[in-house]
Amino acid sequence: MVSPVEFPESAEEARPEATLSGVSSQAVEGRSPWQIAWVRFKRDRWAVAGGIVAGCLVLMALLAKPIERIFSLDPNRFHQDLINPELLRPKGALGGISWDHPLGVEPQFGRDLLARIIEGSWVSLAVAFGATLLSVVLGVVFGVTAGYYGGWVDSVISRLMDIFLAFPLLLFAIALSASLQNGAFGLHGLTLHISVLIFVIGFFSWPYMGRIIRGQTLSLRSREFVDAARSLGARGPYILFRELLPNLVAPIIVYATLLIPTNILFEAGLSFLGVGIQPPQASWGGMLNQAVSLYQADPEFMIVPGLAIFVTVLAFNLLGDGLRDALDPRGL
Amino acid sequence: MPGSTKRVRRRTGGRRGKTAAIIAVAATGALVMTSCGSSGGSSTSSGAGPSGSSAKAEFNAGNKGIVNESDHAGGTVTYQLSSTPDSMDPGNTYYAFMWDFSRLYTRALTTFQPAPGQDGLKLVPDLASGLGAPSDGGRTWTYHIRPDLKYSDGTPITTADVKYAVERSNFAPEALSNGPTYFHQYLQDNTPAYQGPYKDKTGGLNSIETPDATTIVFHLNQPFADFDYLVSSPETAPVPQAKDNGSDYVKNVVASGSYMFASYQDGVGASLVKNPNWNPASDPIRKQYPDRINVQFNIAQTTVDNNLIAGNATMDLAGAGMAAATQATVLGNPQQKAHVDDAVSGALAYVAMSTNVAPLDNVHCRQAVEYAIDKQSVQTATGGPIRGEIASTILPTSVSGYTPYNAYPTTDNKGANSPDGLQKAKDQLAQCGHPDGFSTNLSARSDRPNEVAIAQAVQASLKQVGINVNIQQYPSGKYFTDNAGAPAFVHANDLGLMMMAWAPDWPTGYGFLEQILDGNAIKASGNSNLSELNDPNVNQMLAAAISNTDNAARTAAWGDIDKAAMQQAPLVPLLYRLDPLYRPDAATNVFVTPAYGMYDYLLVGTK
Repeated sequence: MVSPVEFPESAEEARPEATLSGVSSQAVEGRSPWQIAWVRFKRDRWAVAGGIVAGCLVLMALLAKPIERIFSLDPNRFHQDLINPELLRPKGALGGISWDHPLGVEPQFGRDLLARIIEGSWVSLAVAFGATLLSVVLGVVFGVTAGYYGGWVDSVISRLMDIFLAFPLLLFAIALSASLQNGAFGLHGLTLHISVLIFVIGFFSWPYMGRIIRGQTLSLRSREFVDAARSLGARGPYILFRELLPNLVAPIIVYATLLIPTNILFEAGLSFLGVGIQPPQASWGGMLNQAVSLYQADPEFMIVPGLAIFVTVLAFNLLGDGLRDALDPRGL
Repeated sequence: MPGSTKRVRRRTGGRRGKTAAIIAVAATGALVMTSCGSSGGSSTSSGAGPSGSSAKAEFNAGNKGIVNESDHAGGTVTYQLSSTPDSMDPGNTYYAFMWDFSRLYTRALTTFQPAPGQDGLKLVPDLASGLGAPSDGGRTWTYHIRPDLKYSDGTPITTADVKYAVERSNFAPEALSNGPTYFHQYLQDNTPAYQGPYKDKTGGLNSIETPDATTIVFHLNQPFADFDYLVSSPETAPVPQAKDNGSDYVKNVVASGSYMFASYQDGVGASLVKNPNWNPASDPIRKQYPDRINVQFNIAQTTVDNNLIAGNATMDLAGAGMAAATQATVLGNPQQKAHVDDAVSGALAYVAMSTNVAPLDNVHCRQAVEYAIDKQSVQTATGGPIRGEIASTILPTSVSGYTPYNAYPTTDNKGANSPDGLQKAKDQLAQCGHPDGFSTNLSARSDRPNEVAIAQAVQASLKQVGINVNIQQYPSGKYFTDNAGAPAFVHANDLGLMMMAWAPDWPTGYGFLEQILDGNAIKASGNSNLSELNDPNVNQMLAAAISNTDNAARTAAWGDIDKAAMQQAPLVPLLYRLDPLYRPDAATNVFVTPAYGMYDYLLVGTK
């Protein structure tokens, strides 16, 4: 007699006798792409470290003025009694490091390096974020427009981007920054310098963003969900903002994060060349510029701003790379 | 237009340029006593040769006496330069170091006595047999040149060649634009105006007469008592018209001095050898010590410095001091420091205050700035006492007529960082109607780190009394044509304060003061009177002094003009600049000449 299939009498008996290790025994929950990305990002320790450092830097930049006030750090106060003018270096070892001046003082004026690094951080980050924002906005607007509408619009915008990309950017930036030095658009002094830098850097780096966005839009616009929206009667703006843009957020975030360190370097470069932030306002590039003629006499003076730039750029790069891996494992 | 902007550019700007050129000579075996053998052994004690005592090789020894005094002949002397000279053509150069160096291969009518200390400011006849004879109240100057002089090619030198040299260097800016044009300014011009020897092939300048081959007469358009200084410029060194090809003459300069060109290459360098047609009997100041003099251009300043220290070069041609990095290492090492001479460059670093930009158009506001600037802080910022002595007068110490005094004293020169300076500055601010201070701009040359450093120190001390200063940087190339030297730009951009450095073309009060204080010298572009001081009293004193042929009275007048001008506070004297120069062991007959603010190159030899 063939025995009928036995039905277990309890749930306990219904459990599989073995399970694949690593597979969750709990019920599978649906996860949004953002949750997936977050999990992936958390797994990348370098990216997390970069993110934490970058976060601290942003915090420091935002709170630069209060920090200076609380610890009574004055970035423009001279301590010329602490330096040996003829040997062009601070008195004492390691660039004049002491309890009062944990990173030492600069030669020539004896200003506190820690205070100047903190003061320089907000300038650097303000310029970098401002310029990034400008180039992202321009790049997205032009990129989406070119990619979605195609035809002659695409041709015009694409050639425009080619022209911008072919520009000798550094030379142009130097010329523009130098000629706008004395006041423009009703602005003067530090506000002017920061605005000019944001404009120069942001205005000339949007085509990099624009090209990527245009390519993404091109591939998205022929996807089924866009066709579906169109067949339901959706028109241009709706498709652009409700269908395409949400799908472009990932590349925008990734490339914006990767643009920030580039822009920090660019700002430092222009200040180093003397056309960026003007003294006595502290800026990392300006400090490097000052240090370059004195590096044999006082190498510590070059190391401090150099390290600040290095750490910041590295942190934002790690963060950007991590975000890219997390948001699109296929690689953008 | 007289080259006042060039004056600044050349004499202080150029010399302080970051790039260094080099003139290098490889040391070779010595050829002892050749053509100068006849004048024999103790050459330095004869004639107008170096008169200072031989000095031990220690710090600043070259400022006081001759270091390594020796009549040893032979070997190769190497000059290195971080840039290139504007030209080695004696009629086309405005760099002080070229005026110094060109005397090796050319002879002007007069020159400065090769001697250390104040003796070096004394004019001696060179091509001429005596100093100029003034007549007509200082409007006419007559010189006689020594007889039987020959060029390196053996042809005779005549005063017609001197006349031609002045014409080409002063009246032909289309070909030779680098040198100053004082002769154009002070000589009577033809009617219609003389166009220079290249455009006007038929005639010459009528106000220079050459009645015979050894006599030359200059007719000036105003009395000019400093004329002997003017003719010490290499622009009066004879140039044979037959050999002149305008701007290309630099490639085949015909020598009248004790050395002549063996080779010259644009941007690379030159090599000089002994001139066989130079007659020692005709020349009380020159010698022929080295066999060969090499000049090398475009060698980085730190490399030049290191070559001097290592003995691979004899002299830094620029004579503008060592790089900051070298300064730090050399001064920290007592053995190397003994090779340093801190030369008085002759330049004054100062802040000019515009008398036409509010609120500095008020003399009390200007005097507040005079009291407020901490000069000690300025000195420290620019490299300490070795780079400059704190100044209180317009005339630097090396200029004849310098009279020490201080119109705006503060304790230790610390300005607003001393209690009395702070108080005096505030008093002046109250009198000028801005008791809480004001805002203004300070211009500086962006490619001069020293100047930007000084500007920051000035900015910091003025902030103590509530004067907020914005530093505006401009490239030095156009600083005088377009920015600080263009009054319209100054007014439009509110440049109340302007950084400036100034050195004289010749070391007398007139050579120093006229361009920066005389209201008649104000120009729409290329202006050097940055403060636009136009004080009838000062103008009149300057005109009266330069027409005074009484030497002592004229010299005393410069000090009086200095004081009268400082009452108006047109500028804040900051530092009398000093340049630390490195003197290698192998170099002989080394001393600083105050006339050029660097080593005197005329007698330098090698062991």
